[in-house]
Amino acid sequence: MNILDVKNLKIWDGSTGRTIVPDSSFKLKQGSCLAIVGESGSGKSVTCRSIMRLNKGSIRQSGDILFQGENLSLLSEKEMRRKRGKNLCMILQNGMRAFDPSSKLGVHLKETLDQHFNWSKQAFTDHMAKAMESVKLSNPVELLNKYPHELSGGMLQRVMIALAIALEPDIIIADEPTTALDTISQFEVVEQFIRLREVMGCSMIFISHDLGVVRKIADDVLVMKDGEIVERGTTQAIFTEAQHEYTRYLVSSKLALSQHFENVMGGMALADR
Amino acid sequence: MGRYILRRLLISIPLLVVISFLTFILINLSPHDPAELVLQAQEVPVITEELLSQTREELGLDQPFIVQYIEWAASCLQLDFGDSYVTGQPVWSILGPAFLNTLKLTLVSVAVIILLSIALGVICALQEGKLVDKSVRGFSFFLTSMPSYWLAALMIWYFSVKLDLLPTSGMNSLASYVLPVIVIAISYAGIYFRFVRSAIISNLNEDYVLYGRACGLPEKKITGKILKNSLQVAVSVFCMAVPIILGSTVVVENVFAWPGLGSLSIKSILSRDFPMIQAYVLVLAVAFVLFNTLSDIINAVINPKLRKDL
Repeated sequence: MNILDVKNLKIWDGSTGRTIVPDSSFKLKQGSCLAIVGESGSGKSVTCRSIMRLNKGSIRQSGDILFQGENLSLLSEKEMRRKRGKNLCMILQNGMRAFDPSSKLGVHLKETLDQHFNWSKQAFTDHMAKAMESVKLSNPVELLNKYPHELSGGMLQRVMIALAIALEPDIIIADEPTTALDTISQFEVVEQFIRLREVMGCSMIFISHDLGVVRKIADDVLVMKDGEIVERGTTQAIFTEAQHEYTRYLVSSKLALSQHFENVMGGMALADR
Repeated sequence: MGRYILRRLLISIPLLVVISFLTFILINLSPHDPAELVLQAQEVPVITEELLSQTREELGLDQPFIVQYIEWAASCLQLDFGDSYVTGQPVWSILGPAFLNTLKLTLVSVAVIILLSIALGVICALQEGKLVDKSVRGFSFFLTSMPSYWLAALMIWYFSVKLDLLPTSGMNSLASYVLPVIVIAISYAGIYFRFVRSAIISNLNEDYVLYGRACGLPEKKITGKILKNSLQVAVSVFCMAVPIILGSTVVVENVFAWPGLGSLSIKSILSRDFPMIQAYVLVLAVAFVLFNTLSDIINAVINPKLRKDL
């Protein structure tokens, strides 16, 4: 069953008339993870924001976005707001910038959860502490009283994941969640995403241009170029029998890079001997 | 937080000492002999060498420089700035009331400037690039480029002479505030609202706004966050507006015959009334230090990142 069905999505800039995504249709299966890959400017983020109806000012969109059979394009702003967070949850690229810099982390988390649940202060702390511990953030109560700049990017990314756990959404949309992190934090965050899917069984859209991460986490892959979906298929198929030239280019450059890496490491190992 | 405020206040003390010392030196660098000026001001017909040395002794000018400074600084702390060379009255008895008058005008003007800047800044930022934004910016550019004496003269001609609604000058009632406040507010708010506008626009594009919306927070809450973060830039500007206006009301005060610091300072400079000028410069410098400290403290309250720096 499809939890999300996007049909003929068109996105354009209302002030200049420039088309960003001409005509895009895709489906997200219940409980699966769909990765959207492509270089910057290919329309990945804009596509995901239009599912949440959160594109900025002059950007317009048309088409049907069916979430559990309900057309999100037809909802009022107020109804749409109730879906955001509770049903469709977003995780952004840069944790350092995702939280209000002049409030403590707990303030944003409490405001968000208050919006969707009727929890007491104690229930909030309990739920949030449990969620934070599950993403390996120790001393959750202390962290709630910290300001965003007092935490690292990887920790903030995990706070966002913890908030998603507490919200128990139907779909998580992660917009390049590992791009701004160093390799070690990246590894930890990807582990958390994999666990998130295992534990909660929620569906996920994962935007990335890191094919290594995509291979680990996704079931299906969409490849976007210049606003169009040039290839779609299972992760396995994309990596082994890509049809489109652009996909082959992406996969081969990824392979070439890791090949080079192995060569360099191998060379060092030789030198060590 | 309390620690930050205490430290910030302690830091401003050496600053005040340096400022008062510089003020004292600058006035003492002047080529005129104060004793001679005092005697001239008292209209003594023949100034003899004996009379000069006697006056110097009375004024304490025969003491070493540092002793003079310390004595002067200590008495300044008790608001005793010496006697005016011209009238012989204590400086503070003349400067004090004038300072209060200018302070009243300044505070009312700054209140109006803050309200106007925030209101216009928010409206223009939300309507960025649209007709309202463009016309407000264009019109404010037109108004701020007018010199204030010209604007003041126009206002007096229209509102006081032609319509006979408001007093032309003086400081007799609340109505006297209207015209000078408008003239001051126009020239400052026309510039300051641009700070607010651009700060809001850059905050609107921040990720925390997108994430807040993506979490389903109501627009009201998000607007509150944007305002709180945007006004940080404006707080320093608004706080510093107080001492800046305190020191630059000369033109407006002269046009509207406002009995304040501006008029007094011009008079004192022209008659070389050194104790008065010294006190005027010192009071303004202290105002700058105080409001700078205040703006730092307010900023630290809003922005937790700044608290660490000290």
